[in-house]
Formats: sequence, C-alpha cells, structure tokens
Amino acid sequence: MISVEVRLFATFREGRKKKYLLELPEGTTILDVLNRLKINEEEASIILLNGVDGDASRELSNGDVLSLFPPVGGG
Amino acid sequence: MYGYMGKILRINLTDRTVKKEDLDFELAKKYLGSRGLGVKIMMDEVPANVDPLSPENKLIIASGGLTGAPVPTSGRYMVITKSPLTGTIGISNSGGFWGPQFKATGHDLIIFEGKADKPVYLYINDDQVEIRDADHLWGKTVSETTKILEEEFEGCKTLAIGPGGENLSLISSIINDVDRAAGRGGVGAVMGSKNLKAIAVKGSKKVPLYDEEKTKEVSRAKVQILREDPVASGGLPSYGSAVLVNIINESGILPVKNFQESYTDEADKISGESLAEKHLVKNSACYRCPIACGRVVKMADGSIVGGPEYETIWAFGADCAVYDLEAINEANMLCNEYGLDTISTGATIAAAMELYQRGYIKDEDIAADGLSLSWGDPKAIVGWTKKMALREGFGDKLADGSYRLAQSYGAPDLSMSVKKQELPAYDPRGVQGHGLTYAVNNRGGCHIKGYMISPEILGYPEKLDRFSLEGKAAYTKIFLDLTAAIDSIGLCVFSTFGLGLPDYVHMYNAVVGDVHTDESLLEAGERIWNLEKLFNLREGIDSKEDKLPKRLLEDPIENGPSKGYVHKLDELLPEYYAVRGWDENGIPTEETLERLGLEEYKGYIVKEMA
Repeated sequence: MISVEVRLFATFREGRKKKYLLELPEGTTILDVLNRLKINEEEASIILLNGVDGDASRELSNGDVLSLFPPVGGG
Repeated sequence: MYGYMGKILRINLTDRTVKKEDLDFELAKKYLGSRGLGVKIMMDEVPANVDPLSPENKLIIASGGLTGAPVPTSGRYMVITKSPLTGTIGISNSGGFWGPQFKATGHDLIIFEGKADKPVYLYINDDQVEIRDADHLWGKTVSETTKILEEEFEGCKTLAIGPGGENLSLISSIINDVDRAAGRGGVGAVMGSKNLKAIAVKGSKKVPLYDEEKTKEVSRAKVQILREDPVASGGLPSYGSAVLVNIINESGILPVKNFQESYTDEADKISGESLAEKHLVKNSACYRCPIACGRVVKMADGSIVGGPEYETIWAFGADCAVYDLEAINEANMLCNEYGLDTISTGATIAAAMELYQRGYIKDEDIAADGLSLSWGDPKAIVGWTKKMALREGFGDKLADGSYRLAQSYGAPDLSMSVKKQELPAYDPRGVQGHGLTYAVNNRGGCHIKGYMISPEILGYPEKLDRFSLEGKAAYTKIFLDLTAAIDSIGLCVFSTFGLGLPDYVHMYNAVVGDVHTDESLLEAGERIWNLEKLFNLREGIDSKEDKLPKRLLEDPIENGPSKGYVHKLDELLPEYYAVRGWDENGIPTEETLERLGLEEYKGYIVKEMA
C-alpha cells in the first residue's frame, strides 16, 4: 500500500473535503483517484503531482501530494 | 466616424483654459485609442527627460474605440503619462463605470497640461466643461470625495486621488467608482503634482455604431462564449482573482517574505476560497461585464467595502508573511481610500521587513511610529499603509517604493523590482516566460501586460512547460502585443480567458467599421509596444534595465515544488530582441519601424539622445 495526500481546490471542495489522506494499492493512477472522488477527468483542468504538471495516467508513489483544480484564471 | 466620439479635451491647468480638438480618425484606427493613442501623444508632445512631477509632464486619460460600446467588458479606460516611479512610459488601466460615463460626455480623451496654482477638480457634463476649486476636497479620502461630488452632481461618476497622490507618493494610484484602481506607476502623484483632485463626469451621448445590428449580433455571441467558458463563468465569479492563491502556491511560485521563499503551508488561510467562505458578501461587475470577478466583503467592523484582488492578497499577505484576511481586507480598503497601489504598497512593506530582518533598519528608526516591521504582523501592514499615504514618521521613507527605500540603505538588491517598480505575485524562477515579461515590460515590473501565467500555469490557450525556455520569447511577444491591442480598444484583459484575437476583430469592426483583420489588429498592438519602447529609449531607459533582481537570477528557490530553479534571463533576452526585430541592444531596427508604420521615428533615438 502507498500513502498519498490529495488536495482539492475551488469548486472541487463543494460536497467534498479540502484534503484527503488516502491509503491506496500500489499501481494506483491519478485517474483512479479522480474516479474515487467522483471528479470528471475533463473537469480536472490542472493536475499537479508534487507541484509539477501531472498526467491522469501517471502512477502514484508513496508520499506523493496530488493537487487538483477545476479551470481557474485571474491575474 | 464610428466607435469614437471624435473630440479631445485639452485642459491647461496653469492658465485654466479648456480647448476642444477634433480626433484624427485615421490616427485613432492606427493606434486603436486609449493606451495606443495616449502613448503617441506623449511621444509627440512631451519633450524627452521632463521631470514627471513637473508642469511639463502631461497626464492623459483616455477611452478606447470600444469603451462604452454595447459589447462585453467595455468598461475600461487608461491613464497615460511619464511615470514618476520608473521614469518610463506610465500606462495604468482601470474598469468600473467611470470610463464609459466619460465617453458618454462626447469625448475620447483628456490631455491635462501644466499645473493649477491651487487644488481644482474637473467637472464635465456633456459639452459643459469646468475647472472648479477643490479646496473643500483636498485632504479627503476617495470615498469622501466621491460622496461630495456625487451628491452635488446627481448621476455623475467620479475619479479621484486620495492623500497618497496629494502627498506625491511615487506608488500612489488614481481611483474611480470608489474602489477601482489605475494602480501602477505612481500615476496618482502626477495628478497630485498638477493639483488636480478629481474628475466628475456625466454624459448622455451614445457611442456611434458602424453597424448596429451586427454589433448586437456579435456582442450576443461573445457574451455567450464568456458565459459558457469555465473560467469566466466559474472560477472568476465564484472566487475572484484570488482563486489563484492556492494554485500559485501549490506550483511553488508564491513569493513569501520578499521572495526569500516560494511556498507556504499557510496559503489557504488567505485564498479566494477562504475569502468566499468567511468574508464575501457578493461579487460585483464592471460596466457590461458578464464575468463579475469583483469582490464585495464585510470588514471586521461590519462595514461593507470592495474586496482584495489576488495581487493585493499576496502583497500584504504571503509577501509580508501575514495570513490574516481581516488585516488584508483593511489594508486593501486603506489603499483604495488613500489612493495607493496595493502591489507596490504591500511589496514595499515586505522589502522594509527584510531590511529590518537583516539589520539595515533598526528598532530606533521605527520606535516613534509604534509599529513593527516583523514578518507576520497584521497590525504592521495596516498601520504602515496609512502612514505611507500620509508620509507620517518612517512611512515617509516607504512612500516612494521599495527601490528608493532599499537604495537609501545601500542595499538596492533587496528591492524586488524591475525599473524601480515592484514585481507582482509570481516567482519568475518557476515560470520562465512570465519572468521574461517582467524584465522587458515597458512600464517596469508588471504581470498584466503579457500574462504568461495563463499558458505556463493555467493552460490557456494551451499548456506550456513552465520551466522550459523553448519558444517562450515568441510566445511572450504575442501576449504583450495582443494585450496592447485589447487595452487600446478599451476592453478588459480578463475577457481573454474566453475570447481570442478574432473575437476582438469582430467587435472592433462591428462598432468602428471594417478596419482590421486579425493580423492588422495584432500588428497595431506591436506598433504600440514598439512606440512605448522608443519612448523609454529616449528617456535613457535601455536594455541595461531589461533585467531581474539579482536574487531571482542567482539564488535557486529554497523551498517548495520549484526548489532549485533560477531565472535564465540571459538565455531568453537575445531571442526576445530577435523575434521583435530589434538589434542586440534592444533597439528597434529601421526595417522594423518601417514594417510597423513608424517611419517617422526612424533615426529618432539617435536624434533625441544627441
């Protein structure tokens, strides 16, 4: 098993928690986490794995921090 | 003539004369209006090397061809002058309702010249234009001034400076509609130096439309795009620009403690999400804006005021290590009331905190003020803001920005500024293209005139690798040129989260006439950028000033997800000059000037510098 911290932001917090500490089987991908949290892959406009752009197909490792954002903008 | 009202007001404050001149329509189409036309006038009418706070400098307030027209986000106007903070061209933009109301008086722009012998304000009611005494307004805050004028002239809209501009703070702003700011470059001080307190406007005229039916149709389509765009219709109205706090922090590019760190565990305390949860009363929209990113917040004392933008939250928050939204809301309110730029004010306090941390500023220097310069002190950000605007005690030393402050201690490298203007809320070491826009910006440290955060972090219009240098120079050029075009036609850059170049051409051509193609509108933006560059060159601000603070070039980021990176400006700059058609010294070549229809300025720099 691996331990992963998932952080949710903006509208992803509606009906969910801000932060999840998940114990997951080895080989779990970012997409698996999205499915588990019922977040549509298309809506996850910005996926940061340890602060750097991550692809939904990426496998997670023990201690990873996954930050998920819907489309956002500002300036 | 369509789109434009066809009249320029020339106000000489020294001899109190008002002249009305015809707008040159050909020139308006070539420079689009607003920023572009203002820069052209500054270039042609103001001699090189004038003192920005002298009567010889001019202050131009300008609308664009689409300002006030029935198309989305048409609430913008621009202030153009020589900046007293940077010595460069000063271009400062604001939204709200004042711009369209000004244009409804039947004028496209105002050129202020000279200096009044005592405080005055300008009142415009359609064709009636009066310079009036402002003794009763001088010293008043922006909301007090606005209330007095809007009670006297029912239905008028007010633009004003606060005590910050009156006291010639080099980081003072011009505020309209109580809480919308033309913030950057110290434009408030130029207005203050002319003894001009306010401009109250009331107009009844409509923007003449080239094709009324087409304008309606095009406008409906663009509003629809913005309503369906997930950013323009989701993140921005729900959380305001402060929705960025968390994503910028999670990317490890949120500057903390004057750029000493680039990530904090405490960011969520000051995020757009927290602001919405704890302080937001409602959101607010500028003229004809379907996005409505503005914040209205409830303060600790129960009063309801305009809320902070992302940049403001960062400057007073993470940059000063203050994670207290109540204090940030108050500092933001004070900046609006006293007329100070929130970015430069917060960032200057942060620089002072680092000067204190390193022993340059001593306890005895600030003892009489009863305020600390300790990281994380919420009382400090509120207290110093007010003292800066009033030039009280040690606040007087802070009132001219971080560069002059740090320089006075022999430590200019502790000012996180470019061309003496404080950098905004993104650590360029982790966003290479965005860092390039900081270094080359015609108005000094600025994030909004070429917002590379959009592709490098947010994925608009496509996702770029933020650490890579490849193609960044060319991308940056397009962003800078497109923004110059959008500013100059009078629309809001936030519309770019939904709209693209062809959308702006559709709107411009429906309102003004079939004038521009995608290529020619973008080229007009490039023309404007080059003309601003020529203005700076003649003021002696050359490629040596296209730089970043030493810390960002030499010291790798110490913590967070962007740890280990520095900014590689030396590699990007030559490529940027090349894609611009400038020589290796960053000077536009004669061929480039010819290509852009700037033939009249060939040899200009040599002549001006001789």
